[in-house]
Amino acid sequence: MDKIKIALAGNPNVGKSTLFNRWTGMRQHVGNWPGKTVEKKEGSFKYDQYGMEVIDLPGNYSLTAYSVEEVVSRDYIVGEKPDVIVNIIDAANLERNLYLTVQMMELGANLVLALNMNKFAREKGLKINKKQLSELLGVPVIEIEAVDDTGSEKLLQTIVKVSKSPNVVLDRLEYGNEVSEHTKQLEKIIDQDIPQLDAPSSWIALKLMEEDPEIIKKIEETGKGQRVLKEIKKIQRHFNDVFGDDADAAITDARYGFIAGLVSESVKKPKIDKVTRSDLIDRVVTHKYLGIPIFLLIMWLTFQITFTLGDPLGGYVEEAFAWLGETIAASMGEGFLTSFIVDGIIGGVGGVLVFVPLIFILFLILSILEDSGYLARAAFVMDRFMHKLVGLHGKSFIPMILGFGCAVPGIMATRTLENERDRLLTMLIVPFMSCSARLPVYALIVAAFFSAYQGWVIFSLYLLGIVVAIIVAAIFKKTIFKGMSAPFVMELPPYRLPTAKGALIHMWERGALFLKKAGTIILALSVVIWALSSLPVGVEYGSQESVTGQIGTVLSPIFAPLGFGEWQATVAIIYGFLAKEVVVSTFGTLYGIDGDGGGEEASDEEVSANETASVEQVSNEASGEQVSGETAVEEASAEEEETALEEDPGYIAVMQELFTPLSAYAYMVFVLLYIPCLATLAAIRRETNSWKWPAFAAVYTFVVAYVVSFVVYQGGLIMGFA
Amino acid sequence: MIKTLNNLKQGETGIIVAFKGKGNVRKHLMEMGLVRGSDIKVERVAPLGDPIEIKIKGYSLSLRKEDAKKVEIEIK
Repeated sequence: MDKIKIALAGNPNVGKSTLFNRWTGMRQHVGNWPGKTVEKKEGSFKYDQYGMEVIDLPGNYSLTAYSVEEVVSRDYIVGEKPDVIVNIIDAANLERNLYLTVQMMELGANLVLALNMNKFAREKGLKINKKQLSELLGVPVIEIEAVDDTGSEKLLQTIVKVSKSPNVVLDRLEYGNEVSEHTKQLEKIIDQDIPQLDAPSSWIALKLMEEDPEIIKKIEETGKGQRVLKEIKKIQRHFNDVFGDDADAAITDARYGFIAGLVSESVKKPKIDKVTRSDLIDRVVTHKYLGIPIFLLIMWLTFQITFTLGDPLGGYVEEAFAWLGETIAASMGEGFLTSFIVDGIIGGVGGVLVFVPLIFILFLILSILEDSGYLARAAFVMDRFMHKLVGLHGKSFIPMILGFGCAVPGIMATRTLENERDRLLTMLIVPFMSCSARLPVYALIVAAFFSAYQGWVIFSLYLLGIVVAIIVAAIFKKTIFKGMSAPFVMELPPYRLPTAKGALIHMWERGALFLKKAGTIILALSVVIWALSSLPVGVEYGSQESVTGQIGTVLSPIFAPLGFGEWQATVAIIYGFLAKEVVVSTFGTLYGIDGDGGGEEASDEEVSANETASVEQVSNEASGEQVSGETAVEEASAEEEETALEEDPGYIAVMQELFTPLSAYAYMVFVLLYIPCLATLAAIRRETNSWKWPAFAAVYTFVVAYVVSFVVYQGGLIMGFA
Repeated sequence: MIKTLNNLKQGETGIIVAFKGKGNVRKHLMEMGLVRGSDIKVERVAPLGDPIEIKIKGYSLSLRKEDAKKVEIEIK
């Protein structure tokens, strides 16, 4: 069977993924481009007697080395040389879409143009003469609708045909005398001096005139580029003298000039722009006074739906695993192996699956928001706020809000940010948003020490998290992310009704990816922690004799200046690494207090991490409300009082023995800020595709937590709050 | 009359006559269609006063005023 290698290219939001999914269905593989945070989607399908291999290139507006996505696409087209590139074009937005087309033609790519969204073009009153356009470009132009079968057969036939007799497109481009002349001149020198380049020399010439850093570097690396680079300098001076502008701008102008010519010959436009439906919606959604309330309402709904629906479902998962663990423990009897299976494996798998409902629901909502076009408006409305406050893009607001529920979906939501720097910076500060798992810890300590001011104390912690995030972001912007300015240049795509299929596919892709990539890491680390808690053989799980207990004992003096130098507090911090709410149950087990408060005997399994279900159940109830403001936090903690274990006098006594009010507050601050939980680190690892960032996040948050707690405790001592 | 893009009011239209400055943002914006001779209209300003939404080459684009400052518009 003959193979045809197809690449899908096009601007963002033109229906590329829709076509890709239609073609490949479930036969696709999602990964990352080597060494990049950019997602790589590959798939295959059969057509006639051909095996089609499709790669979905990132959505790009151009092939300048402006973003990682552009570099990835460009390198693929140059390096891998796909047989056919299907360039999907939004017919309603022809001019800007053709800019990418023209750049691919410069590369000599074997193109087929697929005009999509023709319905919207007609609504806009545009009449596109496909035949004329095709003749002018020297490239077949096929009308399709990616959402259904329209034009599908014709497109496939054309792909097969073009794969056999490639289009010759290089001579079609007309960039005016000035640009062409200089390109030719350069081309000649390139051909003489460095003939072995793998891209057309006319393209190299254009890129050099555009001062493309990647290409300049490549030419320098050949060691034979002196004459070429000298010539460039001359040309650039010439452009500056003649046009008062650089060659770079002249080339962009020339491309759009060529496109304007194409469009004037092949497209009929209405005289007056119609007021579109999108305009009408935007008048309300981005309205001067209504814009922000609407945005906050939508955020609130997103949060409510995700956590009120996801948390109980996660709770069921947790209960199911707790039940499974108990059942197995009951049938196997106590022992080392039982503990391994129940606490290590089942606990670990449960720890992963707990997040599944949350993540699937979140991604369903996010893809609806994104596909409908609202996400771009949200960023438009919030950009000034985020930019002034933390120097971030308007879109960063959404991951941060989600972080109040759980940092894992928050970090995964950073994918909606196009700029890598914004993505990384947002990921690094999202864990400071006080997530729902920290609430049981606060609730426990607050009940023991601050019962008169619970709402205020908890609110102060939420606020502290936000303040620390802002300060840290400001510091990072001046240090590790220095000079990488991220501008806000964003298309506001027309509103479209998201399709159920599209949203479900998105949800599935993201959710499954989390399970596969982050899940394995969480599971592996859970088993490691289990082993540390159970070894040497024979010790009681997590006791002072276990490895964890010994580590805690050794490390505890480090925390003495923060006011909590006892080994139990340190061990609880180590377990909090699994999931922050485990801090609570750790105190329970270390002091032999029954976490359920229901009179059950504290058996061996109850010591394990997954046995925190009862505690979490309480936190789940509370977490639904916490972001709606401080009153909700108060309400939530008040609600908890009815059933929660912090009512247990045993707990309160233990807490009061271990902490003073001041050291208890410092402890809460530490729990708020220190190393994000395993799942969060795994999510960062997954999203950045490297261990560097999660490791960095772990270390720097630990330092921040230590410093802030130190200041709180020592400052408090000086001020006399002993 | 020539004005910089950040000074255009909602609903005002014009033609781009120059894009000052250098660097990536300028290049990116030019590639998004802000080239000399293009029609441009300020569609709206975000609720907090920044960024702005413009119509260019038949689509909507948003950019910050600090970048819009560099674009000179001949008002129709």
